[in-house]
Amino acid sequence: MQNELSHLDWLEAEAIHIMREVAGQCSNPVLLFSGGKDSLCLLRIAEKAFRPGKFPFPLMHIDTGHNYQEVIDFRDKKVTELNERLIVRSVEDSMARGTVKLNYELEPRNKYQSITLLEAIDEFKFDCCIGGARRDEEKARAKERIMSFRDSFGQWDPKNQRPELWDLYNAMTHKGENIRAFPISNWTEMDVWQYIEREQLELPSIYFAHKRDIIRRDGAIVPVTDVTPPKDGEIVENIMVRFRTVGDITCTAPVESHADDVQKIIIETAESRISERGATRLDDQMSEASMEQRKKEGYF
Amino acid sequence: MDKTDSLLRFITCGSVDDGKSTLIGRLLYDSKTILSDTLNQIEKTSHKRGLSAVDLSLLTDGLQAEREQGITIDVAYRYFSTPTRKYIIADSPGHEQYTRNMVTAASTAQAAIILIDARKGILTQTKRHTYLSKLLGINQFVVAVNKMDLVNYDQEIFNSIVKEYKALFDGISVNKNNQFSINFIPMSALNGDMVVERLENMSWYQGDTLLEILENVDSQSTNSNLAFRYPVQYVCRPRDSENKELHDFRSFMGRVESGRIQVGDKIKSLPSNQESTIKAIYIGDQLINEAISPQSVSILLNDEIDISRGDMLTELTNTPSITKDFNATICWLSEEPLNQGRVYKIMHTSKIAKAKISSIFDKIDVNTLSSIESEKIETNDIANIRVNLAQPIMSDNYFDNRKTGSFIIVDDSTNHTVAAGMINNIN
Ligand SMILES: Nc1nc2c(ncn2[C@@H]2O[C@H](COP(=O)(O)OP(=O)(O)O)[C@@H](O)[C@H]2O)c(=O)[nH]1
Ligand SMILES: [Mg+2]
Repeated sequence: MQNELSHLDWLEAEAIHIMREVAGQCSNPVLLFSGGKDSLCLLRIAEKAFRPGKFPFPLMHIDTGHNYQEVIDFRDKKVTELNERLIVRSVEDSMARGTVKLNYELEPRNKYQSITLLEAIDEFKFDCCIGGARRDEEKARAKERIMSFRDSFGQWDPKNQRPELWDLYNAMTHKGENIRAFPISNWTEMDVWQYIEREQLELPSIYFAHKRDIIRRDGAIVPVTDVTPPKDGEIVENIMVRFRTVGDITCTAPVESHADDVQKIIIETAESRISERGATRLDDQMSEASMEQRKKEGYF
Repeated sequence: MDKTDSLLRFITCGSVDDGKSTLIGRLLYDSKTILSDTLNQIEKTSHKRGLSAVDLSLLTDGLQAEREQGITIDVAYRYFSTPTRKYIIADSPGHEQYTRNMVTAASTAQAAIILIDARKGILTQTKRHTYLSKLLGINQFVVAVNKMDLVNYDQEIFNSIVKEYKALFDGISVNKNNQFSINFIPMSALNGDMVVERLENMSWYQGDTLLEILENVDSQSTNSNLAFRYPVQYVCRPRDSENKELHDFRSFMGRVESGRIQVGDKIKSLPSNQESTIKAIYIGDQLINEAISPQSVSILLNDEIDISRGDMLTELTNTPSITKDFNATICWLSEEPLNQGRVYKIMHTSKIAKAKISSIFDKIDVNTLSSIESEKIETNDIANIRVNLAQPIMSDNYFDNRKTGSFIIVDDSTNHTVAAGMINNIN
């Protein structure tokens, strides 16, 4: 007789429960889908939570316009397979409207995603956005709620969060307010990879080791692309790399790796001494508190 | 299923400066999940403050505001794994004014680590932490006597703290009918002695290290042995016009909050009291024969009965009370005091109901554990009250079932969660 769940079964059960609470409590939720590995786990959770029914929410991608084509192609393929509805809203549209003003032409656009997201929330009157953030990603996230409250400016106030007890989640909002729901809050990067392996989830190819032109800049590996060209005097190398997160090209760096399947990535993750964000987000290294600052401004 | 793979949630409690953050940092560090760039940042910050050695507590003290104040002001969740178990630590601060944070952290924990500074011995806070842990239904305790390096690793000091703690523990008459386990361990969190590694200083202690104790704590906390409780969260009716098979499909989605259920078992739907049998159980598109707590599944019944979100499937004989009036112990979480004239909402399992606090019996002084008469309930108060609901809920006593015995109170003008409650003495 089975008495205990494995850690992955436990995490999966919790995530399904959270997603169904969103469906039960919120009148107009949306699932933020980037094509990345965390949001692919969310989609599998949503299948387990709602099939054979349709998802009780659309999917939405906030596109910075600086994405790897493989990831966009993968995103569209996945949506077709699932036969669900995808909304795409673009930072470039916000730029055209004048609500996003870049400081310089090739400025990283990650931080402007929050503006486009808030515009989309307003357009569709979403009362809840389901996201794939995890508490182990960054120190400022360790106190994040599973149902995280944002005011009508999309702001996160660490002093004004609802206590969360047992598995009772309060997702109630007034008009204009918004809940960010994080079903995989309690997962670590390792849990995500183990889940991908167990569920045999397909991922965009850039997650696996491949040859790529890169330059080494200030200790980070910068991929050579149209929007991240080499500077004068920098040497372009062609090496084996993989990405640990996918996002805006200008601020997502790959790591050197020969891990070309999930098994090998799990082994590398177990041995790894560098946390995911530290390794791969070029914009997080500025300040220890930068994530907290961005969350206050309405970032996911 | 792999018996050697499980998940355990625990809390750490201690007074300010007992070494809680250091202990957690040590557990993470020694279990080798501390990653080198996080460490680099800590080294930089330690330097800024003029500290010479790496301060492990900086690993857990996260938010900007709190770093500036140098204290822990909220519940932080931390993760580490061994080859056999994943751990979730809820770190709650030790300050007087933060009873509510400890209650929050303890609500999901299966075990509590009570930290005691060997130099100071048992303090008022030790009693409070133990009381609140027991009140929230935790029945597995580890008492860690920390900073043994500062008392010359003296066994006598350890022994007398053990003796005194046992007396204190037995004197707290909460959750009397349950079995408790208590482990005592001497340690130096700073030096990493008896946390994960066993150094040479305390050869007089033959017991397990802290991590060894944690590896053996019962992680399923008997939830799957309790009566079957299945609050319905969502009803799936695909009504897919292209797919005939799905035309009459109707499944009830939820989480097995306690107990277990098999295909063919008889069930009852509450509050309607209609009976049926289990036709099929799914996780996603996978059919399973048996579901156990805390699995999230989807259940099909053999009869067409009307069931919606907020209803509960249970076994036939051992059923919860269907009640609109009950006594409860609550912890007031909000800065705004209780207004007894107002109507609040309560959230209980998947149900929301209008509620009034019909009486306040007394408050508990969390330091002396004595009863105080009072008409006011304010932040961090623990109070015994009577609740009156507009719609019935299906509940058990909290100490019999933490899932169906717990609720939160919501103020619907702000939607804030203002209180957490534990049902006792249903009638
Ligand atoms: N000598 C010694 N100092 C310790 C020990 N554990 C913690 N400390 C120190 O006690 C102080 C308070 O520790 P901290 O972890 O911040 O306590 P918290 O307030 O309970 O989180 C810090 O300066 C620690 O370095 C120990 O086992 N031995
Ligand atoms: Mg601390």
